Amino acid sequence: MNEAPFVIIGAGPAGLSAAEILLKSGAHVVLIDRSDRLGGQLTKQTHMFFGSEKQHASKRGIDILKLMVDALSGYDNLTVHKETTVVGMYKDKTLACLKGETYFKVHAQAIIVATGASEKALPFENNDLPGVYAAGAVQTLMNVYGVKPGNKVLMVGSGNIGLIVSYQLMQAGIEVVKLVEAADSISGYLVHASKIRRYGVPIEMNKSVKRAIGKTAVEAVELWELDEHWQGIPGTEEMIECDTICLAVGLAPLTELMQQIGVEITFIGELGGNVPRINPRFETSVPGVYACGDVAGIEEASSAMIAGKIAATHALLNAGIEVDKAESSLASWRQELQGLRNGPHGEKVRKGLEKLGVLS
Amino acid sequence: MKPENVIICRCSDVTLKELFDLFEDGYETFEELKRIKRVGMGPCQANTCGKMVQWEISKYFNIPLEEALFHNIRPLTMGVKLKAIGVQADEE
Ligand SMILES: Cc1cc2nc3c(=O)[nH]c(=O)nc-3n(C[C@H](O)[C@H](O)[C@H](O)COP(=O)(O)OP(=O)(O)OC[C@H]3O[C@@H](n4cnc5c(N)ncnc54)[C@H](O)[C@@H]3O)c2cc1C
Repeated sequence: MNEAPFVIIGAGPAGLSAAEILLKSGAHVVLIDRSDRLGGQLTKQTHMFFGSEKQHASKRGIDILKLMVDALSGYDNLTVHKETTVVGMYKDKTLACLKGETYFKVHAQAIIVATGASEKALPFENNDLPGVYAAGAVQTLMNVYGVKPGNKVLMVGSGNIGLIVSYQLMQAGIEVVKLVEAADSISGYLVHASKIRRYGVPIEMNKSVKRAIGKTAVEAVELWELDEHWQGIPGTEEMIECDTICLAVGLAPLTELMQQIGVEITFIGELGGNVPRINPRFETSVPGVYACGDVAGIEEASSAMIAGKIAATHALLNAGIEVDKAESSLASWRQELQGLRNGPHGEKVRKGLEKLGVLS
Repeated sequence: MKPENVIICRCSDVTLKELFDLFEDGYETFEELKRIKRVGMGPCQANTCGKMVQWEISKYFNIPLEEALFHNIRPLTMGVKLKAIGVQADEE
């Protein structure tokens, strides 16, 4: 079996920033990602980022990714496994990995789980028709593979993902017929919403999909208004022609590996659902297993980057490895994290973290 | 809404109607639904259907989402050919 002091699962912003900290200490690091390219969500984010200067705000996601990957070059203490899925995690910190047809195991002293999140689906009639997509998948198709998902799209969900992907669809010459939102207000940044409104896309609140219509693929969608309990109101139905229904209805942390070794998981709606119970050092209930980024609660790339650094620093300290200026770095990262979560858009996250008991 | 036309688990083709029928029959937990209908046992390993199942349990039995427990997850999360495992075991 392969031995490694530190293994990072997932090479998104959280995993990449954790890797840089670990590598600087001279420790051997194994970085595993199931994708064929490093960067996680950043690989498809062609838009300019919000957030703070220190986390590369106003650069495009794909350019931030390049900076983060470049920062790992030149280290001979790094082993990267791309196109490799961690398919099993065992209590003794052995990871079972699958790369194509090759199955192998890695035994770690400490594991940093940075697996991100998966997209939520919605139950409505005919929700299995071709043409029903999750928004992140649409973004991957367009921005990574250059494939148009359809020609006429209904977007469901007004979070930043729904808003940004709507805009990117239009950039690709695809018509966005409407954006509907079940809640009574827009949940993403208003600048993103204003932009797509300016391009003529109606944004309508308290509305959702009643059913998809079509023989072999989506041909139309029936919408209806929702009451305050998010139940459809009969008689308010409205039919819209489209060939694509794009669901941007939230993300759920990918905690499945941690569940396999009995990491304590708790349901916190504000953080996306089932999340690991981490402490302020980002360590889970299983010593030596850390969780950071979206897998520890849905937030943003900017916060994932800081979380990765904090988690990695504690992993080093716990392993008895000295870290230059650890205390002052940790203090300033915590402050940055707090800054990111301070605004009105951080309210949900703050509430969630409060429930988790780790508001730093 | 016709629950027989709402797919909850795409991998094992389980509809909302089938969930409702199981609830009627007295099955109340994700773990039971999984054992009987294979909900969450396909390639997605409940990453697509899981949240919807939790939501439907919580709605049907009128319990908070926090209490609509998730199913147990065990390794491996993907199909791995026995041959691949055999080769690895030989090398070890
Ligand atoms: C459309 C959109 C717009 C966004 N805009 C912004 C923005 O403007 N500003 C901002 O700060 N944030 C933004 N975000 C959010 C940001 O992208 C995420 O919060 C961030 O990517 C989370 O980072 P992460 O490292 O935790 O996870 P991810 O980036 O999701 O990376 C997780 C990685 O883990 C890998 N993985 C998962 N499971 C396994 C496994 N079993 N084995 C091996 N590898 C595995 C995946 O392949 C992936 O590469 C946006 C998100 C979206 C979808």
